[in-house]
Amino acid sequence: MSNEPHRFAPIQRLLHWLMAACIVAMLFIGVGMVSTVAPKYLPLILIHKTLGVTLLVLVVIRLALRLHYGAPPLPDDLPPAIKLGARLSHLALYGFMIIMPLLGLGMLWAAAYPIVLYGGIQIPALLAPSDRVHTLLWDAHFYLGFAFFALVLLHLAAALFHALIRRDGVFATIALLSLRNKTTPAE
Amino acid sequence: MNQPGNLPRSGLGSLVLIAAVLAGGAAAFAYTAGWLSPDRLTPERMIAALTPPSGAPLGHRRNHAKGICFTGVFEANGNGVELSRARVFERGTYPALGRFNLGTADPNAVDATVRVRGLGLQIVADGEEWRMALINPPFFAVSTPQSFHELLIASGKKDPDAMKTFIQANPEFAAFAAWAKSAPWTASYAEEPYHGLNSFIFTDAKGGGHAVRWSLLPSAEVVPISQAELEKRGSNFLEQEIVERVRASGPQRWTMVTTVADPGDPTADPSKAWPEGRRTVQVGTLVVQRIEQERDGPCRDINFDPTVLPRGIRLSDDPFPAARSSVYRKSYDLRAAEASDYPRTEAGKP
Ligand code: HEM
Ligand code: HEM
Ligand code: HEM
Repeated sequence: MSNEPHRFAPIQRLLHWLMAACIVAMLFIGVGMVSTVAPKYLPLILIHKTLGVTLLVLVVIRLALRLHYGAPPLPDDLPPAIKLGARLSHLALYGFMIIMPLLGLGMLWAAAYPIVLYGGIQIPALLAPSDRVHTLLWDAHFYLGFAFFALVLLHLAAALFHALIRRDGVFATIALLSLRNKTTPAE
Repeated sequence: MNQPGNLPRSGLGSLVLIAAVLAGGAAAFAYTAGWLSPDRLTPERMIAALTPPSGAPLGHRRNHAKGICFTGVFEANGNGVELSRARVFERGTYPALGRFNLGTADPNAVDATVRVRGLGLQIVADGEEWRMALINPPFFAVSTPQSFHELLIASGKKDPDAMKTFIQANPEFAAFAAWAKSAPWTASYAEEPYHGLNSFIFTDAKGGGHAVRWSLLPSAEVVPISQAELEKRGSNFLEQEIVERVRASGPQRWTMVTTVADPGDPTADPSKAWPEGRRTVQVGTLVVQRIEQERDGPCRDINFDPTVLPRGIRLSDDPFPAARSSVYRKSYDLRAAEASDYPRTEAGKP
């Protein structure tokens, strides 16, 4: 245990927060754009596609870094069930980060829409048009989008629980800046 | 780090804080999604307003539901290059796919009961797609997507005063009503002009922008016919006629004409035609070579979203293309999910 890292590597922490901000933005842009007919619909959907594809690239890099650097251990006094929950929820978060952009791309391919990102970057289609496949992927992107948001909220609650209530150092493992001299984060 | 000793005191406050953060996050999400704003004009509400009292046309487009596919080519003559650097304007022949249609939410409408006829078109040049959906009136019925929604609501009401009130609030509708009354009917999709109505910006090779609208003008001779006479020819005459015409007389042609705005011409309002005498440039010819029934045809699962544009064409301040894109997407999602209500023939029994 002593030779395991105490914190995530700086690049891992940076990516965690960068991607967290972008994913929260993706979720809000997603539900915002589909509920408007105003001119902002078009820039929003362009950002949604461009940022979504960027996040797909980032998660691949992030997983490679995770395999390389590993992760700090959870506190010894954390009940095993909670530890398992933490591991499974992190696994699920990674799963969402991979699957959501793929579903987004796939549903557009299956509907024969050209995918043109910011800057005119074209993504070639890897799926043949099919109303069945479009509907399947659309449903998945829709329902998993809400599940993703729910899990992010849960994850946020857990992080705050560690930071404010348990104060067990878990938050510091991923904090962007060192919190060592900030001894009383709550109140 | 900290000892968990002071947990009880700060614990409650922290729990409240956590609950507040979560509730705030969820509320912001719900607000963004429009769940807290029933007055927001969403694509769902636009589609609800398009849906006739008899019910949604399951498996079909939520508007312009009746139609027939075509394939052919777009022959660019090269004249468009001075206005736009889009590849599609360079002299050459590019594959085209489209759909003749009637402006109704009823896929079984009687042809002679539908005033507006339309054409969906997709041209592919060098891997870049250009999609559009055009109609035969020379200007649109209303000035804004919001007033289009109000028009749908007013015209769906039994109350005869509803339309009167609407026209008072949207006087631009009078011009459209006059067109609907006086414009000649024809007995063929091939004899109709199709107008884009919305304004776009063409960007030329030097980066200069030109506000334009475009139309497809028919080469076929226009033979006016009365609405009553058209009705006598049968409820599905237009589709039979275009199949027969292309079979018997070969490909049908339309000239694509771009009209360039003068400074100050209204680009944000498709109900306002630009004054006569604006510069026009003939950029090419649409050649319709083959007709296919929609049920199994290549246009069926295409969304002729007018914001699918190649480089060299971009949006103007016209609010319609964005509104249309959002609503067409929703319509597409719905009809794709309902495909079993409109089965392909290979898929078997209805
Ligand atoms: C969209 C948002 C987010 C996503 C997708 C996300 C994803 C993840 C993932 C996958 C891990 C596990 C890292 C690993 O073991 O490789 C993690 C760890 C962590 N996250 Fe997030 N996160 C998000 C937002 C947040 C927010 C808003 C907070 C806090 C306010 C937060 C706090 C933490 C903490 C404290 C850890 C460390 C857990 C540990 O040490 O095992 N995260 N996050
Ligand atoms: C992290 C990645 C992503 C997240 C979290 C995400 C999330 C969402 C959400 C929440 C919605 C709204 C669903 C609704 O309320 O109807 C949505 C819609 C959409 N997303 Fe994504 N998305 C992601 C990636 C992508 C990508 C990469 C693309 C395409 C390149 C994409 C394309 C779309 C489209 C086209 C819609 C509208 C679907 C429709 O209603 O027709 N998404 N997304
Ligand atoms: C805010 C205003 C408008 C709304 C809400 C609206 C709504 C719709 C909908 C829901 C469809 C079916 C789309 C699909 O499922 O693929 C449609 C198709 C169509 N619309 Fe509009 N429309 C609007 C404005 C216009 C304008 C300004 C034009 C002409 C310039 C137009 C021409 C057409 C045509 C030709 C089609 C048929 C395209 C095809 O064959 O697929 N629409 N419209």
